[in-house]
Amino acid sequence: MNRINQKLNEDKKLLSIYFTAGYPSLNNTVTILEQLEASGVDMVEIGLPFSDPLADGPTIQDSSTKALHNGMTTVKLFEQLEGIREKVSIPLIIMGYFNPIMQYGVEAFCTKCAKLGIDGLIIPDLPVAEYDEHYRAIFEKYGLVNVFLITPQTSEDRIHFIDSVSNGFIYMVSSASVTGSTSGFGNAQEEYFKRIASMKLKNPQIVGFGINNAETFKQATNTTKGAIIGSAFIKMITEKGVHGISSFIKAIR
Amino acid sequence: MNYHVDEKGYYGDFGGAYIPEMLYPNVEELRTTYLEIMNEPSFKEEFNQLLKDYVGRPSPLYYAKRLSEKYKTKVYLKREDLNHTGAHKINNTIGQILVAKKLGKNRIIAETGAGQHGVATATVCALAGIQCIVYMGEIDIKRQAPNVARMKMLGAEVRAAKSGSKTLKDATNEAIRDWINNPVDTHYIIGSAIGPHPYPDMVTRFQSIISEEIKWQLKEKENRENPDYVVACIGGGSNAAGTYYHFLNAPEVGIIAVEAAGKGIHSGESAATSKLGKDGIIHGCKTLLMQSADGQITEPYSISAGLDYPGVGPMHSHLARTGRAEFFSVTDDDAMASGLELSQLEGIIPAIETSHALAIFNEKKFEPDDIVVISLSGRGDKDLNTYIDYFKL
Repeated sequence: MNRINQKLNEDKKLLSIYFTAGYPSLNNTVTILEQLEASGVDMVEIGLPFSDPLADGPTIQDSSTKALHNGMTTVKLFEQLEGIREKVSIPLIIMGYFNPIMQYGVEAFCTKCAKLGIDGLIIPDLPVAEYDEHYRAIFEKYGLVNVFLITPQTSEDRIHFIDSVSNGFIYMVSSASVTGSTSGFGNAQEEYFKRIASMKLKNPQIVGFGINNAETFKQATNTTKGAIIGSAFIKMITEKGVHGISSFIKAIR
Repeated sequence: MNYHVDEKGYYGDFGGAYIPEMLYPNVEELRTTYLEIMNEPSFKEEFNQLLKDYVGRPSPLYYAKRLSEKYKTKVYLKREDLNHTGAHKINNTIGQILVAKKLGKNRIIAETGAGQHGVATATVCALAGIQCIVYMGEIDIKRQAPNVARMKMLGAEVRAAKSGSKTLKDATNEAIRDWINNPVDTHYIIGSAIGPHPYPDMVTRFQSIISEEIKWQLKEKENRENPDYVVACIGGGSNAAGTYYHFLNAPEVGIIAVEAAGKGIHSGESAATSKLGKDGIIHGCKTLLMQSADGQITEPYSISAGLDYPGVGPMHSHLARTGRAEFFSVTDDDAMASGLELSQLEGIIPAIETSHALAIFNEKKFEPDDIVVISLSGRGDKDLNTYIDYFKL
């Protein structure tokens, strides 16, 4: 069984962290992964940086630009992840835009991920219909979980379609926004969380966008399986470096 | 061979809608309604009326006698530069503002490179009384100052895109992010034949008035509807798409695209996408794209802010791949010389984008009885500072 599915079966709310590979320094990737696991994080999204990250706000954009400037590439990231499964056992997901993956070759990318022990992918600009028609068979052949996003504007029919195509969890975007741009959850989010919970989907949901502290983590996971912190983690690491990881994670729960 | 978009939003290998889920409801709403809206008689009537009385269409098809004599062929210029606001861009913004109204949107966003699309959008927003926000690269704001002032006078807010190369690509990223943040009340008026389906097709249809007019105008002047060649400059490719549209399935009409080679195709400072691009994804569509081996999008260069784009519309990628269109790449220097030449032979100062199309005569020899129609996509007023600096006027 895929590590993601195993983790989703555990009886706890999951804390997942996103970071941009190659930031703040090119060779931080393994150190960050080890420290996240040691601090009790349940799952990690490793961001493959892209020059034009459409769905990201300024924090992740900046980290991506700097990571690329530091020399991060797809090939480099795969080199860094060689042997990662001897060091880290929590589920690892690569999150990146489709163009770099397409240039590497979708099947070659999936082969490499499977070989390294990567468990899943989040590709925000690969539409679900396109995935279903052209790439699903490849992902499944290599045992990779592919994760799709839903938003407060996603229709009920479409949520059911996404649920039917998904094989891990559904990434619930908390509000209509790019990453890193909301502060706190209001009634609109509460209602959205409840509405999705009442749909009884086959895949559990993990909330992302706008989670930055213990309070928002608790609100986001009230009716869901877990939450993802991205921009707030990157801000922290910008200020405090890898030494700040442990206290940041402990403050969340 | 089909050169139009198919039911899945593709032109051969290119097109589609590679967008984050956050944009799906907006793009889907547009996809399922745009043709119906555009085909409503009341829509057509209002669109055509505005094109006539407000834009000043039909734009003349002008026989350029001295240019023809110099290059020993028959050259007609399709005078999009005479449109209100000075370029072809307004054909599309008139159409899209009417679509936005039908969809009940009350806030408009747009991206702009040279500022022509920004001005055309600000103009139709003033006309419709709708709020307008234009994203423009910080570098373009500096090099196209008169257009920034025009947008402000028209009541638009101009927001600087400060990420990446701070030009058109980055302005487009910022506009897309704005749309993600404002999914309900906002319509995004994309200015070029790019973006997720249905944008390339919608923009092309609104611009297709250019080739529709060429056909009947040429019939009047030459007693034939089809020229031997149609020529247009290409950045994203909206004026080109409109100029080619009604000739795509007429194989006797040669289609010529002229893109910006900047300081030379292989100089590292170029926007020659058909030569340097590989299949990739930019701004929601699969198309030819200038990028690194690792799939990072290259920062393009051209002296012309309107051609300074690392991709090209998916229809044009298809025309390039199938060989239906011939692509040429013209350097800054050749374009500038052709702009000066047109000014002095015909008394028309073209936009620097358009000057690239005019440089076709350095690249290709035409027969004396060939009829060559060139899209004069815009006028050069906005580029005076660049011309002044370049020619030390």
